[in-house]
Amino acid sequence: MSDDTLNKALFEFLCRMGDNTLVLGHRVSEWCGHAPVLEEDIALANMSLDLIGQTQLWLGLAGELEGAGRSADDLAYLRDAFDFRNLLLVELPNGDFGKTLMRQFLFDGFQSLILTELTRSSNERVKEIALKVKKEVTYHLERSSDLVVRLGDGNEESHRRMQQALNELWPYVGEMFIDEPEDKLLSEAAIAPLPSSLKARWETLMRPYFAQAKLNVPDEGYAHKGGKHGTHSEHLGFILAEMQFLQRAYPGSTW
Amino acid sequence: MKNEWPLWEVFIRGQHGLAHRHVGSLHAPDAEVALKSARDVYTRRNEGLSIWVVKAEDITASSPSEKGPLFDPSQDKVYRHPTFFPMPEELKGL
Repeated sequence: MSDDTLNKALFEFLCRMGDNTLVLGHRVSEWCGHAPVLEEDIALANMSLDLIGQTQLWLGLAGELEGAGRSADDLAYLRDAFDFRNLLLVELPNGDFGKTLMRQFLFDGFQSLILTELTRSSNERVKEIALKVKKEVTYHLERSSDLVVRLGDGNEESHRRMQQALNELWPYVGEMFIDEPEDKLLSEAAIAPLPSSLKARWETLMRPYFAQAKLNVPDEGYAHKGGKHGTHSEHLGFILAEMQFLQRAYPGSTW
Repeated sequence: MKNEWPLWEVFIRGQHGLAHRHVGSLHAPDAEVALKSARDVYTRRNEGLSIWVVKAEDITASSPSEKGPLFDPSQDKVYRHPTFFPMPEELKGL
């Protein structure tokens, strides 16, 4: 395998990591000023900023590796939807507060497992980023799991909403664990784990929380996919229209 | 409002502080969530090393109207104030 092939695979992978945090960070930021209570408003805004910060690291490294002179900002603001590599899960509309939390919880579990693996990456730069962001993500998971348990095992209405959120989001979980050709190359080079290898651990990690939250985990069933190689739902286009407007309308502007 | 979460008082021990200081309050359904919210609301700028949260209703406070009887008597007893001793220079943090 040539270095070039491996580099391209790593670029794809870094875009997947960076686009997940970018798109989810944008979604979470939509709550700013709208959360049900002040404390949650601030917590969500914090988390959104954490995710955007992580994006800068992943996409920054992607741009560097690509060697075409693109910065993290260029990748975030000047690519089209079909160039985005995020999971469909993170681009879904927020729904109610419970659904936003459930989406966060499903993602945090996955993210914490993949980051644990990446802290042992054979690629020093990837390892460095993973070590840096692991703490943030550990906290995100603590927080989202806490709230999922409290709302799931809360009152009748909160339980109903959390169960509905889980049912609606479940078909988007499977995509996290699909191996793409790039994943196989990176796994052989010990740079990143095979997503499929995380599935059993994700179940082990998440099931106790679902049980505590008194939520029924849906059957495996159908999994939506396509995000990892650029086939997105219509929602991503709307996110990008808002997120990229300024740089598209006023190229290079800063403030 | 009946459905509102209870109020918690937040105390934070800062980078160089020796004791926890009251920094504010927040609403939360229970202690664990209060702790996490305190982290998000009050330590965003690297202020803290340790957080305490206490349910506001569990704090017994002196009444402002008792201020006179409680505190005035100590004002005219200067011999109780520790101002007659020079502080050793090695002593930090007081």
